Amino acid sequence: MYHKEKSIQIKSSASALYNNLSILRIAPRCLTYFTVVHANVVNMVSASWDGLNYSHRQLQSKEGNVATSSSLIMQAAWCVLPSRDLLVLTSQKGIQMYESDGSIMVYWHALDTPETPTAKAVFARGIAAVREKYICVGVSSGSVLVFDVPSKGSNITLSEVLEEHKEAITDMASECSGNLECIADLVSADDSGRLCVWKSGEDFQLLNKIPGFDTSCSSVKLWKGTVIAGYGTGQIRLYEGVTGILHAEVNAHARWIYSLDIAPFTGLLISAAEDSWVRVWHLSLAAETNSVEIEHMYNECVTDTQICGAKFCDGDGYAFAVTGYDLSEIIRYTQA
Amino acid sequence: MSQRTLPLLIINLGGEMIYILDQRLRAQDENDDKTQRVMNEIVGTMFNKAFLEELLRPQDLYSHRALRTVLTRIAHASIMRLNPASMDKLYDLMTMAFKYQIVLCPRPQDLLLITFNHMDTIKELVKDNPSLVNQINEVQRQLIEVYTPLSDGEFQLIRHTLLVLFQDMQIRVSIFLKEKIQNPNGHFVLQTSGPVPYGFEVPGLIRWFNAKGREVRRTRFPSGGSYTSAVRQGSFDLSGDRVTLLGTNMYSTPTPEEMNPSNTSNRTRKPKQADTTPNPLATEELNLLAKLMGGMEVQKLLNVDAAFKVNLLTLDQDEEGIGISEGTEHQSSRVISIQATQNQLASTELARIAGEFDEGGSPTERHGNKGDDLLAMMDEL
Repeated sequence: MYHKEKSIQIKSSASALYNNLSILRIAPRCLTYFTVVHANVVNMVSASWDGLNYSHRQLQSKEGNVATSSSLIMQAAWCVLPSRDLLVLTSQKGIQMYESDGSIMVYWHALDTPETPTAKAVFARGIAAVREKYICVGVSSGSVLVFDVPSKGSNITLSEVLEEHKEAITDMASECSGNLECIADLVSADDSGRLCVWKSGEDFQLLNKIPGFDTSCSSVKLWKGTVIAGYGTGQIRLYEGVTGILHAEVNAHARWIYSLDIAPFTGLLISAAEDSWVRVWHLSLAAETNSVEIEHMYNECVTDTQICGAKFCDGDGYAFAVTGYDLSEIIRYTQA
Repeated sequence: MSQRTLPLLIINLGGEMIYILDQRLRAQDENDDKTQRVMNEIVGTMFNKAFLEELLRPQDLYSHRALRTVLTRIAHASIMRLNPASMDKLYDLMTMAFKYQIVLCPRPQDLLLITFNHMDTIKELVKDNPSLVNQINEVQRQLIEVYTPLSDGEFQLIRHTLLVLFQDMQIRVSIFLKEKIQNPNGHFVLQTSGPVPYGFEVPGLIRWFNAKGREVRRTRFPSGGSYTSAVRQGSFDLSGDRVTLLGTNMYSTPTPEEMNPSNTSNRTRKPKQADTTPNPLATEELNLLAKLMGGMEVQKLLNVDAAFKVNLLTLDQDEEGIGISEGTEHQSSRVISIQATQNQLASTELARIAGEFDEGGSPTERHGNKGDDLLAMMDEL
């Protein structure tokens, strides 16, 4: 179904972190941006579609008033809003937001870090753009910070703090089908496997709280109202977001799942884990029964690699890219 | 990231170090008494109560530089001596061994089982010394108390923190290459077969449920690998079958060639960005060293012959392997003797050294100028 393409070299290797690859496709300029986190640095590559031009940029984590920071970055992701795209970095010290090309930092939010280190680590992790103007970021305490983003400029404000999780947030996702009729806008996941489903607005409303089963949910997606969750046990579960009904459970991987992604136009789902496997599935919704079908399509073994990021490069799932711990390249695959 | 990583790091690295030194000492044909004495002293230092308490305090990981200093100090807790080049090799070997264990660790919480494997083997090595065994058991009780309540997500954070520390280390180790657990490019081999971790299901099954939660259908898909069901879980008690072999002594029946870590020109060890910044933890780390040294008995090396040196360098051509370096030292392999001293002197000396560290060290000091300075300074005590 897919074959390997030429890899993109990055300036430093990928760190072992969940969801460690983010992609932004800029059709008007025939460019695709990729970001990969390495310790306290984000490697950004801009690749032209003709495969001839690559340019690199590195972004540093920020730490208060210190010139150089060793604060580790937990995640980097683009947030696509109707009016603008922002690149968001979450670290041990706080949240940084940049213009989409990484050129200017438009916002910095410092986390409350205790004077003396506590046994529980402090960091931000989990990034999602919701509807027209919200960017939501998770925190290790379980809080979800909701930022209100104007259509331009740096007047970003913290509008709300959602407190439904007790464990560290692992990942968050917004409804990606483009269907405005979907009630649920956002799903957040935490280290206990708990999933919270939200409706956005001036005040975010909790629609459902789906309990975990004692294992971390490391990656989550929301598509046509269905929550797709990947767990530390290598399983993927499909829930109906609003009701919390479990549709299906897949024994997908032999090790911890690090990344899930959906191609919204076709319903292709990609899952990747530390077991070196990338698997592609097809999701479809049966309108009559309101049930979800999941069908296995394809396997790819990235030899001797603990995969930490896997994303589709486009909305149809025509191509996907993969990162792995200690690898200094982004491996790409396109449909044969 | 995680503030609870340091104890696991030191105990596992120290454990690997003890395995290697034990094997080396036996290969050098040191008499059993001497070997046992060295082992006892190193183990005693590593499991020193005050030291472990300091490690268990929530804190960030040490830098490679500080880590190496602490491990060198532990290695030199006895009359045994290692020259800098040997210490380099030792550090390379133990870090790659632990990196292998972290990478292959099936579930994040199995990191604790790996730690217990190390501790079990060390207890066996010093079994004729009941007070040492008690000391180790005490530490193990503390670890059980601190770590067993952690969730898999929290353990994964510890594991990710360790993986950042070992990132980009691709040193090729003969014994790994030979056993086909490491590739020529330095990356570890990850099997797509074998039992799945405890609590996991074998990939290949999809189950559908109705609104009441009852399974209504199941289908299979090809997983591509050849996985089998999980075996039993390892024991997290003071003693028991840990099930995993990670962390056990892989050097217990070696040949001299296997011990040779082959450093080739393709080895990459990129200086970590963090090392270029002045390390605010430097004083902390040296205070820890001061505590260590303060706790040591005074040892005056009146008779240099009583100290013996262990050389971890094996010349490729020399099948004899390791040799004890007596008086014929080359310029490059200067042996540095370290004398433990009493409290006050150590603290003032170390405070002075702490001052040195605040200026920030160079990132690529593998044969560390800073390291040599520190050791030379300790020499003058």
